[in-house]
Formats: sequence, structure tokens, C-alpha cells
Amino acid sequence: MKKFKWKTVTPYLFILPWIIGFLVFTLGPLIFSLCISFFDWPVVGERTFVGLGNYIEMFTSDKQVLKSLTISIKYAAIFVPLNICIALFLAMLISQPLKGIKVYRTIFYIPAVVSGVATSVIWSWVLNSDYGILNYLLSLIGIEGPNWLVDPAWAILAVVIVSAFGVGTMMLVFYTNIKGISAELYEAAALDGAGPVRQFFSITLPIITPTLLFNLITSIISSFQQVTLVMLLTGGGPMKSTYFYGLMTYNNAFRHHKLGYASANAWVMFIIILCLTALVFKSSSMWVFYENEVNSGTKKKKRRKK
Amino acid sequence: MKMSKKTKVVLYVILTLIAVYFLFPFVYMFFSTFKSETEAVAYPPSFLPDIWNWQNYVDAWNAQPFGTFLKNSVLVTVGSAVGSMVSAALVAYGFARFQFRGKNILFMLLLSTMMIPWDVTMIPQYMEFNAFGWLNTLKPLIVPSWFGSAYYIFLMRQFLMGVPKDFEEAARIDGANAFQIFYKIYVPIMKPSLILVGVLNMLAAWNDYLGPLIFLQERSKYTLALGLASFKGVYSQEIVPMLCITVIMIVPPILIFLFAQRYIIEGTGGAIK
Repeated sequence: MKKFKWKTVTPYLFILPWIIGFLVFTLGPLIFSLCISFFDWPVVGERTFVGLGNYIEMFTSDKQVLKSLTISIKYAAIFVPLNICIALFLAMLISQPLKGIKVYRTIFYIPAVVSGVATSVIWSWVLNSDYGILNYLLSLIGIEGPNWLVDPAWAILAVVIVSAFGVGTMMLVFYTNIKGISAELYEAAALDGAGPVRQFFSITLPIITPTLLFNLITSIISSFQQVTLVMLLTGGGPMKSTYFYGLMTYNNAFRHHKLGYASANAWVMFIIILCLTALVFKSSSMWVFYENEVNSGTKKKKRRKK
Repeated sequence: MKMSKKTKVVLYVILTLIAVYFLFPFVYMFFSTFKSETEAVAYPPSFLPDIWNWQNYVDAWNAQPFGTFLKNSVLVTVGSAVGSMVSAALVAYGFARFQFRGKNILFMLLLSTMMIPWDVTMIPQYMEFNAFGWLNTLKPLIVPSWFGSAYYIFLMRQFLMGVPKDFEEAARIDGANAFQIFYKIYVPIMKPSLILVGVLNMLAAWNDYLGPLIFLQERSKYTLALGLASFKGVYSQEIVPMLCITVIMIVPPILIFLFAQRYIIEGTGGAIK
């Protein structure tokens, strides 16, 4: 028999907590979730195998699925680019060499540490169409504010505005990246006569494209999973205009107690997220610029010159 | 880079306007917590209260068992943060400092779990915790943290990859085993990333709404976030008490952030590399 060696097991002992957690809280539930999506599985009562029945129902008899999917896609299509642009703009602002800039950095980040529950309380009061301060302030400059949370045409935009309040997290990711860019690059560009706008597009933007990719993917994923804010801000209304896909899944599971059907909802969302992520990754070779590649490229050239 | 005075003024104006936008809802809410109910919903709205009514906070706090909710929130926040720090440190050390069979595959698996939406696992987790007899206890909100979460492990592993191995060699010659090296040498070095993981987890646990909503049923088990949300349902007619509880609810995370700001900003930078 081989002699037992502690040295070979040690690494596994260190990662053991995660292995257990992965099996019990991730992989197990993942497989189980796929299994029950093929069942009619109420919380209490008879469970029956329905094969692909739940998936077929989703795209035939249940009209809400496509409606909710459209709402979520619409939300993502507005929120993701808007949030990235604002985050990048704020990150550029707080990267400027100005006195007291750190105070602004702190202020911009604060809303991101406040909970979704608190944010929704604050904003449902600020956005109230009878006594809300936002419409009052708009009226001071002669604009008649819409009925944010009551008008189906505006409610989704209200959700976007409230979620963009937490832009700080993404801003910080851009900021740390921008701060890491060497000043020499900008000095060289300035000597060549490039102005601030030119510098942004030919130095800053290309260098931060990997971070842009990271932010793009994480915000696509999170916008499809958005539940807390809509649940508390609009409850999916008015007239189901903000009945996001995630909220529908939650309600199917815990309000209507259709665990099998809700699992099928969740798996469709998972597959959509996977496809979108794969698509973004695939396109990334066209617009993401990795510094290492360029560096090794120039090194090779130098060697050749020798 | 030199900036002209005019550019500087323009930048400060823009920065200040944005800062007002971010701070205004909080400041306005804070002042409104002292108003009377009629004043809080009056139109046109007033900014400062007529009379500073501190009693509002006492009334709001006593309207629901918020003391119990607070206790539950503190238990969940501290319990899960400690769990995340311990588990993330151990697992990250395992991935960063050892060579072993299957390491790359396991690490890829770890990273890919970050892509799984919670919607997929929440239903089976609910059934699992039901089978464990954990529903309506704080366990589902604390125990999983003790088994590591991918994002925190990743953050800490990135930090450890940047630590030179020299420290370890000396200790190894002294005859220390792997766990002694981890505990005596690496844990002190890892302090900044331990604080980062602890703080991020504290913020997430304190603010979590869906977890408590699904796993807790009795009011005596509610966390502050869930208590405030249910308060919003019951008291939707009265705004002032709700705003008071909201102020109480957002003070701890803001204080934690102000204290740990440096670690959050440095840690965010480290993760991207």
C-alpha cells in the first residue's frame, strides 16, 4: 500500500469548504432545479412528470412570459448602456487632479451602499405624483412631471432612474482602472498635440476596454435578475408594465406555488443570460484591447530590429 | 497635466451639481423625518420642518418590534461576514499557494458559478432548507457563507497572487506546517483583503431583501430590511414613520463604508488585474 502523505491532501483540505458548498448549495440545487422543471410540482399535493410541458406552456398558452421577457429586455436595453455611460463619465470626473476630489468620490459612491428596500422607500416618496419633490422641482423650471409610478408609459423609466442611483459600484471599477493608466502616455499624447477629447478616445477608452467588457457582462446579468426594486417600487404595475421576468419567476414560485413551472422560467432566463454573455464575449475580440498582447507584440518587433 | 482656471471652475460646477443630485434625496428625507405627517405630504413640499419633532423616531421604532429585527439583522450580518472571511481566506490560499491535480478545472468551475442567476437555485435551496428544518430560522442566511462564495474567494486569491513567496520559505525551513504558515504568516498579510471581504459581505447581508423574504415567515425572525419592507405595506398611508426607519437602516452601511472606503477602493483595483 502506498504511504499516505499529508502533503498531497493539504491543498484539498484548504479548498474543502468551497467544494462542500459548491456541491450542497450550487451544483445540487442546479441539477435539482433542472429536474423539477420537467414536473408539475406544487408545494403541497401530487407531483406529475410533464416532460417539456412547462417549457411548451411558457411559449404557447402563457402570454405573460413573452410580455415579461420583452419588459426585461427593454429595461436592459435602456439601463445597461445608460449606466455604463454614466459610470464612465463619473469615473473620468473623479480621476481629475483637483483638490477635494476624494470627497466627491465618496458622495457618488454612497447611494450604492444603501439597500434596495431603503432606496425604494425614498424614491417612491420622491417620485410620488401628488406630493413628490421631483415633480415640484420640475414645475419650478416649467416642466410638468409625468405620473412616474402610476403611468404605464413612465414606470419602466422610473425603475431605470432609481436603479441608476446605485451607479457607484461600476464607477469605482472604471475609476481604479483609469487611475492605473500611466501618466507618461498622456504626456506623450499632449506633446503630439492631442486634446482631452482625443486623449480619451485614443488612450483611456482602448485601455479600459477589458473593464468595459467586465461591466457590460455583470450589468446584463444583474438587469435580468432585477427583482427587489420593482417588487417594492411598483409591485410589477401599473397594469403589469414593470412586471419584470425575474418578478414573474418569483411570483410563480412563491405566490402561485408552481415550483416546477417557475424552475422552467428560471432555466430559460439562465439560457438567455448564457447566450447573451457568449455573444458579448464573441464580439469582444473585435473591440477589446488587451495590453499584454500589444506589449509582447512590440517586444518581438524590438528583438527583430536587433 | 495643467488645467486652466476656467476648466477647473467648470469641473467643480459639474461635480457639485452631481453631488447634490446624489445627496439631495438623503438630506431631504432626513429633514422630513422630523415633520408632521401633513407637512411631509404637503404640496408644494417644504424643505426644513416647521417643528423638529424628535418623538417621530421613538414612535416609529415602537410601532413594530424593530428591536428584534435589528438584533436579527446584526446576527445575520456578523455571522455571515465572519463565515465569508474564514472560508474565503482558506479556499483562496488553497488556490493561490498550492499546485494540485484538478486545480485549473476547479478554479474555472468556481468562476463559472458567478454566472448562475440566483433565480435558478432559489427554489431548490428553499426546498433543501425546508428539508433541513432551517426555514424560519436565520441559518439559511448565515450558514452558506461559511462554505465560501465565488466572488470573495476570487477577490482574495487575486490579492494573494501578488504576495511574494519569500515569507513562506523561511517559515518552512523552521519546520512549520501548511496550516501554521497560513495562520501565522498569511492571515496577518491578508488583513486588507479580509477587511474588504468582511465589509462587502456585511453590506450585502444587511441590505439583503429577497433571502429573508423567502426563508423567513414569522415576524419575530424578520431582519430590518424585511421589517421595513413589510412596514411599507402596512403603513403605506403614513410616510414619516417609514422614513424614520429608513434613516436608521441606512446609517450603519454608510458608516461602515466611510470607515472601510480605502479597502474597498484598493480592493476593486486589485480584482481587475
